[in-house]
Amino acid sequence: MALPTTIDVAHLSKNFGAVAAVSDLSFSVQPGRVTGFLGPNGAGKTTTLRMLLGLVAPSSGSATFGGIVYRDLPRPLATVGTALEASSFHPGRTAQNHLAIYARAAAIDPSRVERVLRQVGLAEVGNRRVGGFSLGMRQRLGLAFALLGDPPVLVLDEPINGLDPEGIRWIRVFLRELAEEGRTVLVSSHLLSEVQQSVDHAIIIAKGRLVYDGTLDGLETGARVDVDAPDRAALFAALSAAGVVVEPAEHGFTAAAPAGFELSAAQVGEIALRAGVPLSLLSGEKGGLEEAFLRITGVESPPDTAEATPERGRA
Amino acid sequence: MSIVSAIRAEISKLLTTRLWWILLIVLFVYVAFVAGILAGVFGALANTDPVEGAPAPVAPGNLHLIVYSSATAIGYVFPLLLGALATTSEFRHQTLTPTFLANPNRAQVLVAKAVALAVVGAVYGAIALLGSIGGGGLVLAITGQELHLADSETWVLAARVLLAMALWAVIGVALGALIPNQVAVLVIVLAFTQFLEPILRSLSFIAEWTAQVGQFLPGAAGDALVGWSPFTAFAGTGVVPTLEWWQGGLVLLAIGLVAGLVGYLTTWKRDVT
Repeated sequence: MALPTTIDVAHLSKNFGAVAAVSDLSFSVQPGRVTGFLGPNGAGKTTTLRMLLGLVAPSSGSATFGGIVYRDLPRPLATVGTALEASSFHPGRTAQNHLAIYARAAAIDPSRVERVLRQVGLAEVGNRRVGGFSLGMRQRLGLAFALLGDPPVLVLDEPINGLDPEGIRWIRVFLRELAEEGRTVLVSSHLLSEVQQSVDHAIIIAKGRLVYDGTLDGLETGARVDVDAPDRAALFAALSAAGVVVEPAEHGFTAAAPAGFELSAAQVGEIALRAGVPLSLLSGEKGGLEEAFLRITGVESPPDTAEATPERGRA
Repeated sequence: MSIVSAIRAEISKLLTTRLWWILLIVLFVYVAFVAGILAGVFGALANTDPVEGAPAPVAPGNLHLIVYSSATAIGYVFPLLLGALATTSEFRHQTLTPTFLANPNRAQVLVAKAVALAVVGAVYGAIALLGSIGGGGLVLAITGQELHLADSETWVLAARVLLAMALWAVIGVALGALIPNQVAVLVIVLAFTQFLEPILRSLSFIAEWTAQVGQFLPGAAGDALVGWSPFTAFAGTGVVPTLEWWQGGLVLLAIGLVAGLVGYLTTWKRDVT
């Protein structure tokens, strides 16, 4: 493996005609940990990753690996390993040949093919045509392609999608190991619950914009607070004056931090105390991570699973 | 990434799916069959006394060359299809993604693909010659005609067949980049080569100026490169204008380069989503 490398995205934007798929996105991904790249379907995750990899040209901004754009990397597959969701295989080609072709194109030692097939548990079926592979096996083959050049950076788009429970357990452990080896691991998902147990750090986007960049714990403390007071008018005025987003609820009010800020029950209590408003209810949101994720991404109902449809209908 | 790695990868791509040998077998059988029929017809004609006053349909001494040239005259569509399908399958199966990840130099990838197809196209030429010389030669021998296998003219024809088939495969790659939809390119290639071009060529013989234009049709240029073709043999008595062999080759090369360049700019460089 080559030296550890960061992923640096700066003011990245992409417009498809009049539609802004990604807007002024900036973040960086550090080595040695698993970073989740999260957001609902259509948030711009895949477009961002494809810009990062030189497959889609950005409208503006830059995406680099330690300061070098993908197409200028001297040995791209040995620096960045990629498994994109639109797993692309010729159905008539064997898994082995699929990998051998790209190893040849990127001047990678052909012995790596057997090695990565073993690593992802496909050694037995390496000489079978990919057309007969299940979605889970295709995901593993995609991962094998990513590992081909033993790269310090891994970019994986929805790698858990389509895996069975055993496969999900396997990939969680696997991602951990890769990060512990000092690699930079960026994993995208539209379901927080999918990656909740494996990511150390989360970058969340919605509608092409960054909405959160931090730890998952931090995400949870940013949750809403249920609050009420006998003098609701005074409470509303005090919270609003402090910049808190206040919404009426059955129990009184739901207080939330404006986008990009965090709000705890303690802070709400302090605001009320300063304003001299006695409280009758003060309770931190118990909804947890998933709730916080849905709130921050502006999705009220659970995200649809259209993206998880296994087959792409291509012969 | 070096161009050598890129070419080797492109050749591996061709050889690791079934298309190349299926097309190759069909090419061999088809060319051997048609060359056999042609040899039979021409051989029979050569053995009959010419009708009084009518010119001989084929100069008897060149019979074998016309029969052998069916390798390209009817076989050229096979390397053309192979090239077009090789390029469009990258779009269809979304393998452009891993291809460009392994080698982000897209122009180099397209050139490597063209070179790889030229090599395999020449191999198609060799197999097509086996078909036309084998199938046609067998019938020529049966009908008592000379095979002229040791003639330098025969070997010049063979060399030009290899070159022509290589160029047709390159044109296929370029067409695939120009029209990335696999079904569309298949329909266009088959409709043009099997239907439209033969009609246009026949019509072009009507007037002298149309014939001047007609010699630049891709199939006509290909036949000019090889030097012989059953098509021109049937068409008439030598008044049909034909390009020099090297001009024919340049026309094919130009078609490949222009289509390839436009394809590169319009589809190959586009976002891969």
